[in-house]
Amino acid sequence: MVEQEQATASSPTPVASQAETPDVVVTKRIPSRPKKQHPFWEGKGKRVFAHCYIWVLLILMYLPVLVLMIYSFTTATTLGDWKGFSFDLYGQLFQDKEIQIAVGNTAIIALVAATLSTIIGTLGAIGVYESRPWAKKTLEFATQVPVVNPEIVIALSLIVMFVFIGSISGSFHLSFWTLLAGHLVLTVPFVYLSVKPKLIQMDPALYEAALDLGCTPRQALRKVVFPEILPGVFSGFLLSITLSLDDFIVTAFTTGPGLLSGNSNIATVSTYVEGIIKKHPLPATSRALATLIFVGVLLFVAVLTIYNNVKAHQGKKRKGRQY
Amino acid sequence: MSLTNQEKENRSTRLGQVFALKRKYLAIPYALFLVLFVIIPLLLIIAYAFTETTVLTDGTKQTSFSFAAAASFFTSASKWSVLFVSLFIGIQTTVICLILSYPAAYFLAEKKFRVNKVLVILFIMPMWINFVIRTGATRDLLNWMGLSGSTHPWSATIIGMVYNYLPFTILPLYTTMLKLDHAQMEAASDLGANPWQVFWKNVIPQSLPGIVSACEMVFMPVMSSYVISDTLSEGKITLFGNYIYLAFSNSLWNEGSFMALIMLVIIGITMFATRNVEKDPSSVRGGGLW
Repeated sequence: MVEQEQATASSPTPVASQAETPDVVVTKRIPSRPKKQHPFWEGKGKRVFAHCYIWVLLILMYLPVLVLMIYSFTTATTLGDWKGFSFDLYGQLFQDKEIQIAVGNTAIIALVAATLSTIIGTLGAIGVYESRPWAKKTLEFATQVPVVNPEIVIALSLIVMFVFIGSISGSFHLSFWTLLAGHLVLTVPFVYLSVKPKLIQMDPALYEAALDLGCTPRQALRKVVFPEILPGVFSGFLLSITLSLDDFIVTAFTTGPGLLSGNSNIATVSTYVEGIIKKHPLPATSRALATLIFVGVLLFVAVLTIYNNVKAHQGKKRKGRQY
Repeated sequence: MSLTNQEKENRSTRLGQVFALKRKYLAIPYALFLVLFVIIPLLLIIAYAFTETTVLTDGTKQTSFSFAAAASFFTSASKWSVLFVSLFIGIQTTVICLILSYPAAYFLAEKKFRVNKVLVILFIMPMWINFVIRTGATRDLLNWMGLSGSTHPWSATIIGMVYNYLPFTILPLYTTMLKLDHAQMEAASDLGANPWQVFWKNVIPQSLPGIVSACEMVFMPVMSSYVISDTLSEGKITLFGNYIYLAFSNSLWNEGSFMALIMLVIIGITMFATRNVEKDPSSVRGGGLW
C-alpha cells in the first residue's frame, strides 16, 4: 500500500507542477501592464483576415476533390457535363473487374508491406537504439538515405539491382516480391522514424527493472518495452499503409506478374488510373472510388480523433503518466 | 544438493550470457535490409553510371568502364534544357508553396486556432486520396476551366505541383511555428522594432528550420516528379523524373543511372548546404500524417 502511494506520488506530479509554474509566475509578475498581443496579432481585422485566408486556401485545396465527389453522382464522362443525378457510377464500380483487381492488389500490397515494414522497422529501432555509437550513426545515416531520396531514384536503383542480379543469374524477371521490396524500402524508414522518439521518451530503467524482477529478455520486450512504444508502432503502421497506397513510381518500376492480375503485371489503383489518364479524362468510375475512399478516411480520422480526445480527457482526469 | 543446484544455475547463466537475446541483435534484420535494398542499389547506380555494356560480335556482352552516359548527358542540349526546366519549376513551385503556406501555418499555430487541431487535419486530408486520382481530377478541373495543358502547359503544371505539395510545406512550418517564442517577438517590438523588422529579424530566423525542411520536401520531389508534369502539361513539359522514366522504359540503364546520380549529387549539395540547420525529423514525406 505504502509503496504504491509513494510510486504514484513521486513520478508524475513534479513534472506537471514544474510545467505549470513558469506560466503562473509570468502572469503574476506583470499584473499592472495591459495584456499585449505580439505585433502580428492585434485587432479584430487581422483575426478576420486569418480566418478568411485559411478558409479560402482550404476551399481551393478541396476544389478538385469536391468537384470529383459531386460528379460521382452523374454518369458524365468529362467534368462540366452534368447528366442528371444517379448512383450509376457506384453500381458500375462494383461490376468493373479491372478496377476491382486494382483495388484488391493495392490492398494486399499495402497490408503485407505495412505489416512487414512495421516488424522490421520496430525491431530495428529497438536494436539500433541499443547499439554502439558507430553502428547507431551508420544505420541512422542509412535510414536517412531512402527518406531524402526522390522516389524515382529509389525505384531506378532497385530496378538496376534487379537487372544486375538478372544479368548474373541469367534470368531477369520481376514479380510480387520485387514489388514488395520496393514498397518496403519506401515504408520501413518511416516506421523506424516514428518508433524512435517513443524509445527516447521511454524510461530506460523499465527494461532493466523487468529483467531484475524475473522477466526473460523476450518477456521484457513484449510486456514492458512494446506497450511503451505502441503508439509509435501504430502510427508507423498507418503511415506505411498510406505511403504504399499512394505510391506510383516505385510500383510502376518494380511491378511484375502475379497476385490478382494473374499473368499480367500487377496493377494497383495508381498504375491503373495513370494508364488511363495519360490519354483520356479520369475514368468515371474512379470518381466514385475516390469518393468512397475519402468518406472512409474521413470516418476513420473522425473515430481516431474522438478516441484520442476521449483518452486524453480520461488521462487528465486520472492524472496519469504524462507523455 | 545445494552445491549442484548452485553449479547448475551458474552454468545456465553463463550459457544465457552467451546466447542471451540482446536488444541490439534486433537491429540485424534492419541492417541487412538497408544494406540489401538501399546501399547496394545505390552503389550499383554509381557503377552503372560509369560503365557501358557492349555486345560483341560473338553475342557475348562485355561491360567496361566508360564515360559514355556522362558524355551523352553533357553534350546533349535537350538534356541540359531538361535540367534547367526542372530546376526552374522546382524553385518556382517551392517559392509559391512557401508564400502560400507560411501565413497559413502561422495562423494555424496561433493560440486561438490551436484549440482547433481539426483545421490542420483538414489541410492534410486531401493527401489520403490516391495521388494519381487527385492529379487526374486537377487536370480535368483545369481543362474544364479552360486552362488545359495543351494551351498553358507551364501554368497548369505549376498549379498541379503547388496543389499537391502545399500540405507538405504547411506541416513542417506548422510544427516550427508551434515552438515560436512569442516573448522574443514581444521583446523586439518593446525595444522599438516595427512589425516588419520583427518579422524579418525574429520570426523568419526562428522558423528557419521549418522553412528549410519545407523547401527540401518540395524542391527535390518536384524536380523528379513524373506523374504530375506528364499529366498536367499533357507531355509538353519534361522534367528530370520524366527523363529517368523514359530511360527506364527504354531499358537504358546506364543513362538512367547517370541521371539518377545527378539527382543524388543535387541532394547531397542541398543536404550539405543546410547541414547546420536543425531539422525536424518528423517532417519528411508524409511524416506527421498520423
